[in-house]
Amino acid sequence: MGAVIKETKADKTFKIFNYSFLFIALMIVLYPLIYIVSASVSDPSAVNSGEMWFLPKGFTLEGYKLIFENEQIWKGYLNTIFYTVLGTLINLAVTLPAAYALARKDFVGRGFLTGLFVLTMFFSGGLIPTYLLVKDLGMIDTIWAMVLPNAAAVWNIIISRIYFQVTIPTELEESARMDGCSNFKMFMKIVLPLSAPIIAVMALFYGVGHWNGYFNALIYLSDKDLYPLQLVLREILVLQEMSSSTANITESMAEAMHSKEQLAAIIKYGVMIVSTLPIIVVYPFLQRYFVKGVMIGSLKG
Amino acid sequence: MSTSSSIAKQQETEVRNGSTKPNLKPVNPKPQLRQKKIKKILQNWQLYLFVLPSFLYFIIFHYIPMYGLQIAFKDFIPALGIWGSEWVGFEHFIRFFESYYFWDLLKNTLVINLYELVVGFPLPIILALLLNEVKDGIYKRSVQTVTYAPHFISVVVMAGMIIAFLSPATGIINHFIEFLGFEPIRFLADPDWFKSVFVLSGVWQNTGWGTIIYLAALAGVDMQQHEAAIVDGATRLQRIWYINIPALVPTMIILLILNIGNFLAVGFEKILLLQNPLNLESSNVIATFVYTSGLLEAQYSFAAAVGLFNAVINAALLIAVNQIAKKRSETSLW
Repeated sequence: MGAVIKETKADKTFKIFNYSFLFIALMIVLYPLIYIVSASVSDPSAVNSGEMWFLPKGFTLEGYKLIFENEQIWKGYLNTIFYTVLGTLINLAVTLPAAYALARKDFVGRGFLTGLFVLTMFFSGGLIPTYLLVKDLGMIDTIWAMVLPNAAAVWNIIISRIYFQVTIPTELEESARMDGCSNFKMFMKIVLPLSAPIIAVMALFYGVGHWNGYFNALIYLSDKDLYPLQLVLREILVLQEMSSSTANITESMAEAMHSKEQLAAIIKYGVMIVSTLPIIVVYPFLQRYFVKGVMIGSLKG
Repeated sequence: MSTSSSIAKQQETEVRNGSTKPNLKPVNPKPQLRQKKIKKILQNWQLYLFVLPSFLYFIIFHYIPMYGLQIAFKDFIPALGIWGSEWVGFEHFIRFFESYYFWDLLKNTLVINLYELVVGFPLPIILALLLNEVKDGIYKRSVQTVTYAPHFISVVVMAGMIIAFLSPATGIINHFIEFLGFEPIRFLADPDWFKSVFVLSGVWQNTGWGTIIYLAALAGVDMQQHEAAIVDGATRLQRIWYINIPALVPTMIILLILNIGNFLAVGFEKILLLQNPLNLESSNVIATFVYTSGLLEAQYSFAAAVGLFNAVINAALLIAVNQIAKKRSETSLW
């Protein structure tokens, strides 16, 4: 904002207040993240006693060593990678062609189909009928339960549709058709190469969804060999912790549980980081794509 | 909605819909126009293949479950199937409404969502307005990058963080509380704390991300308005109040409607993870109840009825809010 005219006193006060407020917001968000990183490499007794509250104390990589030796975590990691890659590919194959067709003004039935899709955003059969359907289809305890019930998201189809409408000029389509180019060829040879940003946005949105999701796995999978990382994490971070933090523990019991708890504590913070690592790594580079995705969505509520 | 509609049937509807739209007399569409339409359909037949996968997806995974919702009015026995099971009318609904937990569930569901709306809705707006006043540069970019980041933390990790930080014996938050000379609080074992824990952790995770859409709207504000206001001697606060905030109103309304459209479903995955017997009285919401009674206790019909009740209330809220918005502000979803 170009300050052409000299700042008034009120404006200066505002600026000071503004910068400090944002600084506080920044710290509130940043602190827990720093704490997790520090705790994951600190001596667990220093973490549990509260001695370590900001920077690592009693540096150790014992926690990470235990994580890497944990077979369940490895298996979960591999399963999650598999579900994420396969799921995202299916998502893209379903979403992009549909969004392109719906973006075409000469596509008879686009209004009806868009309505059909959008309606599901606001009304659905709900958990139980969906579960029974997946069960009837024989997908319980198969990888398909992880990738098919969420093969597309209405919102993402809408975002892609808006992108195609805005970026692919109608003239281009018309002249391509004059040259005898089929719709299929047009989509593969002209539209997709022009649409790298939206492909990236969609891959990221869907990919993060697969990586972070746990609920489908919770209801559709009981075979531990198929568990994605998030379900393994749930056992480590939620189920074990809940039982120890809510029970009324006496002194002597606490003593006995102490060593086990130490072990749990030391890997707790490490797994938070290890499980989020792929996202942490790509996030700074791809932030603008994520942001772009949200902004396209805002173009046309 | 009939789910058995074949594609041929659907195309027929399209032809009818399409041909009646352009000329205002639907009684007798000009044959020429109809031919043109058919030609268009034939010419673009590949586009129908493009939508086929997603069409099938929505029919199978969204419309068939809607059809399956009829088990809410039946006594569903898996061996008999959806069709074979016996009709029981509103029995499951009545049982739900008359149960001793009905009012608790309804109250928890509404209070948690309202609480979240009241605290969580204005904060991204405020943060966006303030961020918008900072010159582009490293400071602004760092605040943005950092505050967006928690959005990508999974629910499970988030729940793990909450549980770890709030632990009465080892959690950092209780260490701070003790450091200040107070007794540690058993946040997750205390029903009075549950809703605040849920809402405030959500604020921590989502406020930054929520600013993106508002920042986009603010970027669209005409700079001339600001320049004119500066010439007239308006302070920054005045310019925010009279120029920027009105510019955000349409976005706010749309987001508010969308929020309320998901009112009764949002956040339930996190609630499920944070729930335990000690806080259940405050954390049991309709959506988690559907999960426990339906999938853990296998009362399919009863849980489907409860879920349907939830969905109907939700749809009614959405329509009501949309109507109000339409009347009052001319901004609405449809």
